[in-house]
Formats: sequence, structure tokens, C-alpha cells
Amino acid sequence: MSNVFVALGRSMVGSVRDLLPIVVVIAFFQLVVLQQPVPDLVGLLTGLLCVVAGLTFFIYGLEMGLFPIGQVLAHAFARKGSLFWLLLFAFSLGFGTTVAEPALIAVAAEAATVAAEGGMIEATDSAKSNYASGLRYTVAFSVGLAIVVGVIRILKGWPIHYMIAIGYIMVIIMTGFAPREIIGIAYDSGGVTTSTITVPLVTALGVGLASSIEGRNPMIDGFGLIAFASLTPMIFVMAYGMVI
Amino acid sequence: METLTQLFTILLSTIKDVMPIIAIIFGFQLLVIRRPIPHLKRVLFGFVYVVVGLALFLLGLDKALFPIGELMAQQLTDPDFIRGSVMSADEALHWSDYYWVYIFAFAIGASTTIAEPSLIAVAIKANEVSGGAIGVWGLRLAVALGVAVGISLGTWRIVTGYPIHWFIISGYIFVVIQTFFAPKLIVPLAYDSGGVTTSTVTVPLVAALGLGLASTVPGRSALIDGFGLIAFASLFPMITVMGYAQITEMVAARDKRKREREDTLIKE
Repeated sequence: MSNVFVALGRSMVGSVRDLLPIVVVIAFFQLVVLQQPVPDLVGLLTGLLCVVAGLTFFIYGLEMGLFPIGQVLAHAFARKGSLFWLLLFAFSLGFGTTVAEPALIAVAAEAATVAAEGGMIEATDSAKSNYASGLRYTVAFSVGLAIVVGVIRILKGWPIHYMIAIGYIMVIIMTGFAPREIIGIAYDSGGVTTSTITVPLVTALGVGLASSIEGRNPMIDGFGLIAFASLTPMIFVMAYGMVI
Repeated sequence: METLTQLFTILLSTIKDVMPIIAIIFGFQLLVIRRPIPHLKRVLFGFVYVVVGLALFLLGLDKALFPIGELMAQQLTDPDFIRGSVMSADEALHWSDYYWVYIFAFAIGASTTIAEPSLIAVAIKANEVSGGAIGVWGLRLAVALGVAVGISLGTWRIVTGYPIHWFIISGYIFVVIQTFFAPKLIVPLAYDSGGVTTSTVTVPLVAALGLGLASTVPGRSALIDGFGLIAFASLFPMITVMGYAQITEMVAARDKRKREREDTLIKE
């Protein structure tokens, strides 16, 4: 049991160090640049304590739960050798983790407001909520598709940079045709779809797959799933803006 | 008491976010793979730690960092602050008058990236997979620098009003060209680091900065120009991570040449 506390204590020190820069930056701007007193010092300190404890637990649980499960699943699928189930799993993981992502829900709602303002849809609540949920499912579908494509790439050992370059070219071409209002949101949606729990899981899955297939290098073939997952939403959100 | 209810609400919503993941994993485990998970108890405890940790983390951010960070973003972008005591109210602002905004964008981008949990996860994995060749801190600092440069450039774009796609398209072209010169091993990781940088900590603060800036700079629309900072923050880490690998490789090659030269000298 004491081992657990030693390990927790050690990662707690790490968490404090990870958070120190934010505290320094905020303190400097508040006290030196803006020259304002720090409001609600007690709340601030308890909040910081929560952040440190939370980060510590998260990192600790990551190595205990998320990484091993991703690895175990990857090995199991590789041993089973069923492409269909692996790809179905990849799609579900991408779709399922994205569709409920709070950051995506927020971005979709913003996008609906922009669309209504731009006159693309009616400025009623029902039209907006239809637009927002349509967008959400579109992005979730695109992330699912991205993970499927990424997994196929790992299996086949295709070089990543050609695929990403093709994706970029598609983004650039789409930019020329998409309504101007949607472009900023589309670009942002690439970054917000991958949540804190999805990233470690998907990374462990990719690395696990690459290390259990002969002839694949986990470093070259294992990484890259997140890159696909942040690229396809841009294309699909712009397409959505053009179709609706 | 209020904090406890808040913690409870956040804990519930975190559990709700994790539910689909757990359902998918265990559904496939039970129905398709049909093999017991090794160390099941440990893995489940790990999940509990992750969920509780994330909930505490979000609660702390909500209580401590976000209110003050968002307030700060508003104050820094306020035209009255930017004019300071030197300029009169009717004088038009030049883009260079917003220097504190750019500095803040740089500092907050770098410091929030260092604390980003998903980046820590990827750095740990990359260090493990590369057998220690890629340092956890080297990667995190490279990504942090990329986010910092990206966000400060993004705020400058909002102030000047140049179209976003010019920047993003030239960034992509740069990334594609750089790919051919970067060490092969780093490329996939560099592409990944674009997507992982922006999650829990960075997005809310950066969004507040973008919206604050777009709503106060004359001629900008908060709806159109307020977005796009995240895109900048996901683009530049790719460039800095590949750059980091290129520099490491160059230094290693130079050291090797130097050692070989010394060896030949000794032999002679």
C-alpha cells in the first residue's frame, strides 16, 4: 500500500511542476501588467489544489487503466485476425467518443448561431438545433472514419505523409468553395474533437497494433491516428456548410 | 458545500463522457474478443482514477483558472487598457499597440500546453516507444513553443484582419515540405502533436482571448474572427516538433563527426 502513496506523491510533485507556469503567467499579468489585486484568494488556492490532485490521479490512472486496455485490445484484435471487427471497433471508438464530446457540442452550437446570422438557415431555435446536431453527427462520423483509415494505414504500413498531404490539399480546395462564415469553425473543429480520454486510448491502440504486427515499427506506424482524427473534421464541416 | 455539489455535477458529467468509451471497450471485449482482461481489477481502478482525476482537474480549472484567465483576456483586449495613459481616445490603434496581447497569448499558450493532460499522455507513450530517444520534456517543450507561437500569431491575425486561410494554407505547405527533411521517425508523432495540444486547459482560455479580441477590435466580427486560434495552435506544434527532431539529429551528427575526427587524430 505504501508503494501507492510513494508513487502518488512522486507524480504529485510532477503535477505541481506542470502547473507552475500557468500560475506564474497569470500572477505576472494580474499583478504587474494589469495591476489588479487577486480576487478571491481562498477560492483560487482550493481550485489550484483540486487541479494538482486531479492531474496526479489522472496520470496515475492513465498508466494503470487506459494505456494497458488500449494495448490489450490491440493485441487481442491482431491475434483474432478479423479485419471487420477491428474496423468496426475503430469506427465505434472514434464515433462514440466524439459525439458526446462537450467541446464539440459547444462548437456546434456556435456554428449554428453563425449560420443563422449568415442567413444560411432560419434564425429559429429548432432550425439551429437541427443544424447543430447534424453538424455534431457529421463530425463524429468523420472522426470514426479517420480512425478506420488510420488503422488500415497501420495494417498496410502506408507512409503517413502522403495521406496527410492529400488531406491538406482537400482542405485547401474545400476552403475555396465553403461559405466564409464556416471556415474558422471548420479549422477549429479539427483541434477540439480529440478529448483527454480519447487521446491516450487511441494512441495506445495505434502503438499496440503496430507492435503486434510483424514488420511494423511502433514509432513510424503506431502514431498518426490523432492526426487523421483532427484532419477529417475540417473537411466534413466545410462540406456540411456547403451542402446545407 | 457549494464546491461539493459542483464536484458532484462535474463528476457526473465526466462519467457521462466516459460511458460510451467504457461501453464500447467492454462490449467488444465481451461479445467479440471473449477473453478475460488481464489484471481486470487494476484496470478498473485505473479508470476510476482517471475519471476522478479528470473531474477534480476540471473543477479546479473552473474555480481557479478560468474565471481569472477569462477576465484577464477581456481586460487585456479592452481598448482603454491598450491605449493606456499615453494615447487619447480618438486616436486609431495600430496593430503594434496590442503588444501585451501577443505576449499574453504566447505565455498562456506555452504554460497551458505544459499542463495539458493528453499531451503528457502522448509524451509518456512516445518516450516509452522510442526507448528514451524522445524525451518527455523535449517533446512537451517543443509542442508548447509551437502553441505559443501559433496563438500569438493568431491574435495578430485577428487584430490585423488578414484572412485565416492564407496562414493555414501556407502553414500546411510548410509542414509538407518540412516533412521531407525531418527524420522519418518523428513525422507521425509530429502530426499527432497538432491534435493533442488543444483540449481541456487550452481551449477555454484561448477561446476567451479570441472572442474578447474579435469583439473589441473595430471592424471584426466575434462570430467570424473569434474562431481560428485553435487551428493556429494545432498547426505550429507540427513545425516545432519536426524542428526539434531536426536539431537533435543535427547535434548528434555533429558530435559524431567530432568524435570520429578526434579518434583519427588519436590514432595518428
